[in-house]
Amino acid sequence: MIVDLAFQLLQMTLVIAVAPLLTGLVRATKARLMRRRGPPLIQPYRDLIRLARKEAVVADGASWLFRFVPYLVFAATWVAAALVPTFATGLLFSWSADLIAIIALLGAARFFLALAGLDVGTSFGGLGSSREALFGALAEPAMIVIVFTLALVAGSTQLSTVAAYMVSSNVGLRVSLGMALVALIVVALAENGRIPVDNPATHLELTMVHEAMILEYSGRHLAVIELAAMLKLVLYVSLIVCVFVPWGLAIADASVADRLLGALLYLVKLALAGVALGVFESSIAKMRVFRVPDFVGAALMLGFLGALLLFVSRTLK
Amino acid sequence: MKGLDFDVAHLLAGGLVLISFMLLYQNRLYALLNVFALQAVVLSLSVAWQAYVQDANHLYVTAAIAFAFKAVIIPLALHRIIAELGIQRDVENVVGVGPTMLAGLALVALSEVVMLRIASEADVLAQEDLAFALSVVLLGMLMMVVRRNAVSMVVGFMSLENGLILAAAGAKGMPLVVEISVAFSVLVALVVIGVFLFRISERFETVDAHALDRFRGDQR
Repeated sequence: MIVDLAFQLLQMTLVIAVAPLLTGLVRATKARLMRRRGPPLIQPYRDLIRLARKEAVVADGASWLFRFVPYLVFAATWVAAALVPTFATGLLFSWSADLIAIIALLGAARFFLALAGLDVGTSFGGLGSSREALFGALAEPAMIVIVFTLALVAGSTQLSTVAAYMVSSNVGLRVSLGMALVALIVVALAENGRIPVDNPATHLELTMVHEAMILEYSGRHLAVIELAAMLKLVLYVSLIVCVFVPWGLAIADASVADRLLGALLYLVKLALAGVALGVFESSIAKMRVFRVPDFVGAALMLGFLGALLLFVSRTLK
Repeated sequence: MKGLDFDVAHLLAGGLVLISFMLLYQNRLYALLNVFALQAVVLSLSVAWQAYVQDANHLYVTAAIAFAFKAVIIPLALHRIIAELGIQRDVENVVGVGPTMLAGLALVALSEVVMLRIASEADVLAQEDLAFALSVVLLGMLMMVVRRNAVSMVVGFMSLENGLILAAAGAKGMPLVVEISVAFSVLVALVVIGVFLFRISERFETVDAHALDRFRGDQR
């Protein structure tokens, strides 16, 4: 019990400590591919510290909601990240909520952020909120369908159980899991505002989504929101890693040494995913905003198709 | 071993259905032909796997025919036709991508439900192949309905025939003669369609099928 709690706390600190580093790694990879030197890996930490020290300017028309939203978003994202078994399955909190709860927490975070975008009443904020709502309306059902597919395979929506099942050898070769993986990657790209959907490096462009919503934030509020966005990226990468690349994951009741080894492997996997994301973003162009529903809709369709095929194979076997 | 047999067959047949969806999604003509060739490759792999599982040597011939005709000859011929017609531009969908995808999903669900009920006495592999084959056939028909460009209608027709071959491979005891004659009739159909395409484009200066509606009395 004490050990579980200790590892849960270790996991929560690990995800938050590593989140800016992952973002820095993606940026560094992209810079290198463009033959720039790019900022050092720890630049995001410096940015966050600098922002936290600065004065927070709040617009005149802003309500109390505007000031509370950054902390709400951050809290919801952190709790959701704490529920993902990043390097060991037997974490203390993971039994209290399942994958659907994680989706609900992220959905709540999205809702509040969209409200904050509308709150100040600038046109950019409203534009960003409406686009975020449009993408969310497609990405969330896709996510739910992916969860259905995983739950049909593993027999549970509990992430720990799913991960433990994926580590075991009785998974077999399943086309549905491949479709779920592709769909999950598409959803992750859309949810994190990565390049084919939204460009995280832009400011003041007509195509931006996430940046448009948080345009009015400054100082510590902005720092908290940025940290939440970085945390969300780690969360999605961990989710993909723990379900589809679970090798090295420490199963419940593993020894302390195994868990630490799992943590080390997890960091390696995160780094690989970060580099892969950087390469992917450099090799693809951003889509027009009105093509994004097609892109995310394809994820929804893949998820549905995977669930259907799984239905067939389960009826037959 | 039984598990692996089933899993690989499921993977390949599921891949065929997925590629049918890619055909529906793809709206550029050359890319459409490449996806179609990919579907033929997956089809021949699937048939070859059936041949291995059922220990039926004549199915290897079917796989080879499917590969030669549908993965090489027909895409090349269609490439030539598109180049000669000078229509390398985008394909237009009558309905948007979203509704088309939803309709396709509904068709897949329908064929699973129908086939799993009807063929419940058949062998597991055959039953599963039949269900996927019906999906591929229905998706091919859907493709012919939603597209306006005559060339993509042809691709829809050909992918429909892919579904038929999958069904034939899954049902044990389909004679080789029938399969060869089907393959050749598809080739003949391609020739006829090619001639028609050129006639249509000569006459109307477009291969958009809506230009033909006037002659059926459907005034728009």
